[in-house]
Amino acid sequence: MTAPVLRVQDLVVNFTSFTGGILQRKERVLRAVNGISFDLNAGETLGIVGETGSGKSTLARAILGLIKANRGRVMWEGEDLTLLGEEELRQKRKEIQIVFQDPVASLNPRMTAGDIISEPLWTFYPHMAPLQVEERTRGMMKVVGLLPNQINRYPHEFSGGQCQRIGIARSLVLNPRLVICDEPVSALDVSIQAQIINLLKDLQQKLGLALIFIAHDLSLVKHISNRIMVMYMGSAMELSQREALYRRPLHPYTHALIKSVPIPDPKLAARARQDSWLAGDMPSPYDPPKGCIFNTRCPYKVSRCQTDVPALRRMEQGDWVACHQAEDLDLSIHLDSASGIN
Amino acid sequence: MNSSADIPAEDPFAAAMAEEDVRGRSLWVDAWHRLLKNRAAVISGVIMAVMILLVLVGPLLSPWEGDFTDWDNTSSPPSLETGHWFGTDSVGRDILVRTLEGGRISLLVGLVATLVSLAIGVTYGAIAGYYGGFTDRIMMRMVDIIYALPFMFFVILLMVVFGRHIVLIFVAIGAVNWLDMARIVRGQTLGLKNTEFVEAARACGVDHNAIIRRHIIPNLLGVVMVYVTLTIPQVILVESFLSFLGLGVQEPMSSWGALVNDGAQDMESAPWTLIFPAAFLTVTLYCFNYIGDGMRDALDPKDRL
Repeated sequence: MTAPVLRVQDLVVNFTSFTGGILQRKERVLRAVNGISFDLNAGETLGIVGETGSGKSTLARAILGLIKANRGRVMWEGEDLTLLGEEELRQKRKEIQIVFQDPVASLNPRMTAGDIISEPLWTFYPHMAPLQVEERTRGMMKVVGLLPNQINRYPHEFSGGQCQRIGIARSLVLNPRLVICDEPVSALDVSIQAQIINLLKDLQQKLGLALIFIAHDLSLVKHISNRIMVMYMGSAMELSQREALYRRPLHPYTHALIKSVPIPDPKLAARARQDSWLAGDMPSPYDPPKGCIFNTRCPYKVSRCQTDVPALRRMEQGDWVACHQAEDLDLSIHLDSASGIN
Repeated sequence: MNSSADIPAEDPFAAAMAEEDVRGRSLWVDAWHRLLKNRAAVISGVIMAVMILLVLVGPLLSPWEGDFTDWDNTSSPPSLETGHWFGTDSVGRDILVRTLEGGRISLLVGLVATLVSLAIGVTYGAIAGYYGGFTDRIMMRMVDIIYALPFMFFVILLMVVFGRHIVLIFVAIGAVNWLDMARIVRGQTLGLKNTEFVEAARACGVDHNAIIRRHIIPNLLGVVMVYVTLTIPQVILVESFLSFLGLGVQEPMSSWGALVNDGAQDMESAPWTLIFPAAFLTVTLYCFNYIGDGMRDALDPKDRL
C-alpha cells in the first residue's frame, strides 16, 4: 500500500470562553476535538459520523487550517500543515478544498455563479486570460451538472441542490487532491441528497480525489465511504472498514447510531424501537464525564468505564475501537431487527 | 413525446448549452424594482431630481444676481410685478435666487460630508470588525474618544484656528459623522465575517483585503446606503444649525440654514424671507427621509411585515 496522503495525528482543538465579570474572570475550555488520529490514502473516502456537536466540523476546519489546532499534526504529503505560515498554507489550499453544509449560506449572494466558481482561479492565477477562466468555469459547471448558460445567475436564483453544485464546482476548480465535504447534503431534501452523493462519487472516480465525507447520518455515509470514523464529543469511538462497521459495529455508540436510523417499514420500526436506547442528551462538553466519555449513555458500562479512559486500539480485523469491552460485546446487526440502512 | 424518444438522453442539456446565457437578476436589481413600487420614495426621488436641477440651473436663468441689491424693492413681498417672485430681503436681494444658491451649498455640504464619512467609516469599520481582537479594540476606543469631544467646541476651535472657510464645514461634519458609520459597518462586519461564504473564500485562499472588498463590503452596502440617505438630511441640518449660529458659510455665500437665520430676524416684518428657504429645506429633508425609508424596505424585505 502506498503512503497515505493525509495523516492526522493526535489533533486537539480547544475553544476557550470567558465567563464572569472582569474581576472574577473564569476560563472555560471546551475540547471540540480531542486527540483525533487517522490516515487517508489517495483516492480513498473516509466517512466521519457523529451527533451534532461531536466536533466533526471543527475537525474539518482544523485540517484545513481555518481553525488553529492547539496540538497535534496534520501531515499533508509529509508536510505538517499546522507549522506552515499563512502564505505557505494559502498555497496548499489549491490541493485541499472544502464543501460546506449550507449550500445557500456558503455562496456570496452578491456574486454570480460564474464569479463564485472562478474566484479560486483568479486568486491563484491572477494572470490567467479572462477567456480561459470563463472557459474553465463553464467546463466546471458542466462537470457538476449545471447548465453553463446559467453562469450569470445569482445564488438566490438557484435551488438548494443547484447551489450545492456550485459549491462543489468551486471546490473542484483548482483540481484539488482532497475535498472535505462538511455535511454537504444535510440541508437538502432526500431526492437531491442522492443526486449530490452520486455526483461526488462519480467525480471522485473520474478525478481520483480523496474525500472526507462528514455526516450525522450513517445511512448516507455508507454509500460513499471506504472507511468510517465515528466521533462522539470530540473523540474517535471507532474507525472501521465500511462493511465491518455495518455488519458488526465494535462500539456501543456505533451500534446505537445504526439502530437509530429511521426505518421506512412501520412494522419493523415498531420492533426496532423497543431496543433503541440511545437515551438522554450528550453531557456538557465543558464538563465531560470521567473515564469513557460515553459511559453516561452506555448500556453495557462496567465500573472500569467510569475510571479509565479507553484508548483507541486496533482489533484483530484491523479496525480501531475505543471501548474496554470491545472483545466481549457482540453487537452484530441482525437482519430481522432490520435497520433503515440498506 | 414520441419524437423525443429518439433524442439521446443528454440532448436537452446540449440544447440548453447552445442557448444564450441566461441573464442573472442581482439582489440590487431586485431591490431597485421594489423601490420603484414605493410611491412615496419615487415621488421624493422625482422632487429631489427637480430640486437639484433647479438649484443648479435656476440662478442662471433668473434676471437677478444673488448679491445684487435692488434698492427700489427692499423688503418687498413676493410679487410678479417687481420680478421678485419670492420677495426680497431687507437689503433688496432676491430671495428666490438666494434660496437656490443657498441650496447649492446645503446640498453640496450634505453630499460631500456624507461621502467623506462614507469612505472613512466603511473602510475603518470593516477593518476593525474583520480583524477583530486587539486591532478592533484599539480602533473602536479611538472612535469612542473622538465621539466624546463636544461637537460645537470642535467646530468653534476649527473656526478660530483656521478662520471661516467652507471646506472647514466639510471637515468638521465629516470628522464627526464617520464615527456612526464606522460603528454601523463594524457591527455588520462582525456578523458577516463568520458566514460560510467568507469561510469558503478563506478556504479558497482569498486574501484578507480581497475578502473585505469582495465579500464583506458588498454585503453591508445595503445597510450603509440606507444610512447614507438618512445622513444627508442630518448633515444639511447640522450645516443649517452652524450657519444659524453664525459659524457656517460666509456672506455673500449663503445656505438654507443661513437664510433661515436671516429670515428669522425679520420674521414679523417680512415673513417670506423665512418661509421660502425654510420650505425648501423642509421639503428636502422629507424627501431624503422618504427615500431612505423606501430603500430600507427595498433592500431588506424581511423587515417589512
